[in-house]
Amino acid sequence: MTTETTSPAGTSLGAEQLGKFLYEMMLIRHFEEKCGELYTKGKIRGFLHLYTGQEACAVGSMAALEERDKVVTHYRDHGHALARGLDPNRVMAELFGKATGVSGGRGGSMHLYDVSKGFLGGYAIVAAHLPLAVGLGMASNMKSEGYVTLCVFGDGSVGEGEFHEALNLSVLWNTPTIFFCENNLYGMGVPFHASLSTEIPKLAAAYNMPAVSVDGMDVIAVHEATNKAVDHARSGKGPYFIEAMTYRYRGHSMSDPELYRLKDEVEEHRQRDAIERLKTQMMEAGQLDEARYQEFAERVDQVVDESVEFAERSPQPGIETLYDHLYKEPSDG
Amino acid sequence: MASMTVIEAVRSTLDEALGKDDRVFVLGEDVEAGGVFRATEGLAAKHPGRIIDSPLAESSIIGISIGAAHYGMRPVAEIQFADFIHAGFDQLCSEASRWCYRTRGDAYLPMVVRTPWGGGVHGGQHHSQSIEAYYAHMPGIKVVAPAFPADYRSLLRAAIEDPNPVLFLEHKRTYRLIRQEVEGAPAETVIGRARVTRKGPDLTIIAYGLMLHESLAAAETLSSEGIEPTVVDLLTLNPIDRETILETAKATGKVLIVHEDTLTGGLGGEIAAIIAEHAFEYLDAPIRRVAGPDIPPMPFHHAMEDFFMPNREKIAAAARELAAY
Repeated sequence: MTTETTSPAGTSLGAEQLGKFLYEMMLIRHFEEKCGELYTKGKIRGFLHLYTGQEACAVGSMAALEERDKVVTHYRDHGHALARGLDPNRVMAELFGKATGVSGGRGGSMHLYDVSKGFLGGYAIVAAHLPLAVGLGMASNMKSEGYVTLCVFGDGSVGEGEFHEALNLSVLWNTPTIFFCENNLYGMGVPFHASLSTEIPKLAAAYNMPAVSVDGMDVIAVHEATNKAVDHARSGKGPYFIEAMTYRYRGHSMSDPELYRLKDEVEEHRQRDAIERLKTQMMEAGQLDEARYQEFAERVDQVVDESVEFAERSPQPGIETLYDHLYKEPSDG
Repeated sequence: MASMTVIEAVRSTLDEALGKDDRVFVLGEDVEAGGVFRATEGLAAKHPGRIIDSPLAESSIIGISIGAAHYGMRPVAEIQFADFIHAGFDQLCSEASRWCYRTRGDAYLPMVVRTPWGGGVHGGQHHSQSIEAYYAHMPGIKVVAPAFPADYRSLLRAAIEDPNPVLFLEHKRTYRLIRQEVEGAPAETVIGRARVTRKGPDLTIIAYGLMLHESLAAAETLSSEGIEPTVVDLLTLNPIDRETILETAKATGKVLIVHEDTLTGGLGGEIAAIIAEHAFEYLDAPIRRVAGPDIPPMPFHHAMEDFFMPNREKIAAAARELAAY
């Protein structure tokens, strides 16, 4: 296990790539803020878990993947979906439960999915998708397809047995799996150090898996760590573990009164904000000016507004479709 | 024609599926060496790299099968004893069951989970359970429980070829007990159809697995006494063949449902409800159930185990009462 701190000054990423990171993080931030607003208006119902604060994790990691690669993730999944290139209109429509949503309104916020993007969800049973990621890796090896799977989960997962089973099996069977732990310091309201007797990367190291801990509020650091992990997995060396230290600005879900932390703590972490950080870095490096930044902000506004309009005007799924697709017909298989 | 036991039927069908389709692989505990019941004996040498030993991690055996099935493989997972499957309950019920539904058919899971179930082998509390009702409850998973070797062959073949998750239940008491003349390749069949195994006008006995054999033995005795029962082999527990259940219930007007699983919440309750809802006017007697008693584990002690297990005598006794009603 090693701890890496990547100096932003040392990055080889150009202005175009960094600009893309900034735009995508801004898009997720604004999309999530809009979702929070729509939730309070009753447009989005059910359980809603916002990703604000953690944007660098999704944007930095997804950018390291190729089109053929697969993604499985947890229930706080809007950011991952957008960073993976799912259509914001169809993601928003899914949150509205509309027929045009990525799962036709059957999934909702926690169960986004798009097979055409290799984006397999969206899991709300904590750590249940980790074995699935190993299975995807087995299929990749057996079919010699060379795709890797990015498996994203939170620090709450490490208490589950499937976390340990999956890490062990992935090393034993040498699957091309990147285990990406978004450590936002809390499993709902319980601080992770109250749930775990050791440090997370040490668990991976115990299973003989290379593991690093990176600053999850630094999109460049996340990207570079994931690039390394993807190279490792794709070259046949097996799985790789990344812990990204991050922080969610909102509660666990919309109904969380946040009695377990002080406002000062949230404020402190906002000082590490990934968007502000990259913006400043790029401006200092002469890669961004206020006009370009405003251009991004306007585009983001436009994309999010359009997604809301699309979701609003989309039809409801027909009740008569309730029994459709319960099983795949054998002739289709 | 070859005479074949249940375990030989399972093994030969796996062998044929592995030979025919290179997407098929077997995943489970001790399977490389042949497994506890020798279902995969000799297959690792014949199909190198495709009979894969897993650590003791049932949840992951099923979860990994989901992942592999998702991208083009056809995993056949083995859970060593059905008693151990509940560690993977979430993977089967909360995940596998709904992939097709959730993705509106964009994704589907051609996977099989095979597992030996049932009692009568002095296995005690953790090697004798009937687990079918928990899983047959779940829409999206097909549950199959054959009784005869030829059906083991045709239904295992159908399960492996099916694009949906199938839980394939093998009654461990029958593995070497039941033998049948089996001809050629497994017959083409459809999951979801029951079979009328014996026809008679006096009452209908509905059973599956080992209890189907006990019911047929009871029918022989009953026949010698002048009571002629119809015996239905359910074969598939989900989706259940309502049509055959209702047809045979209507034809005799008297129904006896037999299962080894404990009475309360067992599949018999569902079958009885189907008949009560849709064939009430045809009934000449209350529906009867012969089932395991509502005791959590099957006891180890042989006499207590015998008491727990329904058998031909108990079935015949209930049938006589029903016939006389």
